[in-house]
Amino acid sequence: MTSALKVLDAGPYTTFQDMGRMGYQDVGVPVSGAVDKVSARLANVLAGNPPGAAVLEMLLQGMSFEVQASAVRAVLFGCDGLLAVTGARRLSVPAGRSVRLVRGDVVKVTSLGRSLSGYLALEGGFDLPMQLGSVSTYVRGGIGGLQGRVLQRGDILPLTAADVDVRPEKELAAPYDYGYSQAIRVVLGPQDDYFTPQARQAFFSGEYVVSDKADRMGFRLDGPKLDHADGYDLVSDGIVSGAIQVPGSGLPIVLLADAQTTGGYPKIATVISSDISVLARRRPGSAVRFEQVSLEQAEALARDLHARLCNIAEYGLREVAPAGVIDLTALRTENLTSGVV
Amino acid sequence: MTVQFLKEGDTAMVVQFGDVIDRALSDRVLGLSRRIRALGILGVTDLVPTFRSLLVHYDPLIVGGDELKGRLEGLLEASDAQRQEARQWTIPVCYEGEYAPDVDDVARASGLSAAQVVEQHAETLFHVYMLGFVPGYPYMGDLPPALVLPRRSNPRTRVPPGSVAIASVMTAIYPLESPGGWHLIGATPIRLFDVDAEDPALLRPGDKVRFKPIGSAEYAGIRKAVQARDFEMVCERAAS
Repeated sequence: MTSALKVLDAGPYTTFQDMGRMGYQDVGVPVSGAVDKVSARLANVLAGNPPGAAVLEMLLQGMSFEVQASAVRAVLFGCDGLLAVTGARRLSVPAGRSVRLVRGDVVKVTSLGRSLSGYLALEGGFDLPMQLGSVSTYVRGGIGGLQGRVLQRGDILPLTAADVDVRPEKELAAPYDYGYSQAIRVVLGPQDDYFTPQARQAFFSGEYVVSDKADRMGFRLDGPKLDHADGYDLVSDGIVSGAIQVPGSGLPIVLLADAQTTGGYPKIATVISSDISVLARRRPGSAVRFEQVSLEQAEALARDLHARLCNIAEYGLREVAPAGVIDLTALRTENLTSGVV
Repeated sequence: MTVQFLKEGDTAMVVQFGDVIDRALSDRVLGLSRRIRALGILGVTDLVPTFRSLLVHYDPLIVGGDELKGRLEGLLEASDAQRQEARQWTIPVCYEGEYAPDVDDVARASGLSAAQVVEQHAETLFHVYMLGFVPGYPYMGDLPPALVLPRRSNPRTRVPPGSVAIASVMTAIYPLESPGGWHLIGATPIRLFDVDAEDPALLRPGDKVRFKPIGSAEYAGIRKAVQARDFEMVCERAAS
């Protein structure tokens, strides 16, 4: 029997993503991949997968699915929601803790809480073909994922593992700080000289808000307008994820995973690699402040983040009793030995 | 203008040769890109040539920005003895009827007849400066002066794949259905981007392209062969 998840409600924008496809930007193919790559990695770590395995990325709202496999192990990460299991049994599992699900379980991601994005990793991963070296879905180009598109109700998502063992589940030993109110650090440029000194100052002193025009290509921000010193037409050059371009409206657009590979608007600054995931989690309506760092500081922060993630994978997980199984240790310590009940 | 190295965050560096669209600048961009590909720089993850600059993507855990800049400087003026010949393509285009919805507007705006528009477009040997916008979308130049026009005032929300378009000094081919503001003067039956091919994009920066006018019957025949995967484009070698 095949092993799969059946999509009952796909949510508004759910796609398969991994760490993206490099090597094709010279022919116009964006990198794609999870907008919040940190959370996608940690979801995989908790599920016992390689950190770059393909996961389901949900934007704005969660999905629901039915388990069509003997048993699977799932992890929700990157948000404050719950996995609510209904069907033959009822369970509620918080984000950040793995859970073994069995055939017939109906599972709903209740909410993404304060996050725009949430990630669902399955132990063993999904059985999907790579296109151009990646499973990531790039919807505009119809590349990757499930037929190059967002998920729909009724989709069957094939899994690699047919069964998973009962074992202690895993969660993070310490809660992960999603940085919802942290300043977003940027390196100035590459075209900061296209802006007036007042605009450069306003960019750092003002507060921006993620507008409703926020998707995998980028976030349009509302807030102080940034005046160009001498026009905003630029002969197109290359774009990196995190680049903050400012078109004629004066309102910045932070480019993200599915951004075009090239563009013709001046880029006042670029979000550093360690903070892209922090920004990408912010839902429309969230505040954003920018803070300038040097390239050396950005590189040190990239190393710090990498070390932190490796450290979590190595030492930062703890075992918890399988869901739905009575935790005898807890019972003994909390109830039976306490004497007077 | 001297070469500038501009930081684009901690994972990309712009090597900027100038700030205009220019064939000589393009050749310098493509030459550097070729040398980096041939020699390799540890930590470089992708190279994106554009009209006047090369964007070098890199992994900051492997190479720092200062070190990368030093390595790139060392390759800037390297002699290009084994200079590659460019690939030259002949792309069939139907410039008639439904395939060329804007050719009459272009003729009116440029003061030429429709036949002259086609003749001038098909007579030009184009240089692929860069790809961008959507996968496989080539920016090719330069158009003969008479065909240089601003974009359409009303961009289309859906341009069919294969459309051959012009705007400013450029011509392009839409590989996928997408929105677009360029003037559509023809259509090609060939595939510009095939995600299942080892080399997904037909054209690469630095390629040369000439368009060959075909009638609607020939268009239909080639289209059928392309859909049956029974049509292969062959390129020639041209002096760069």
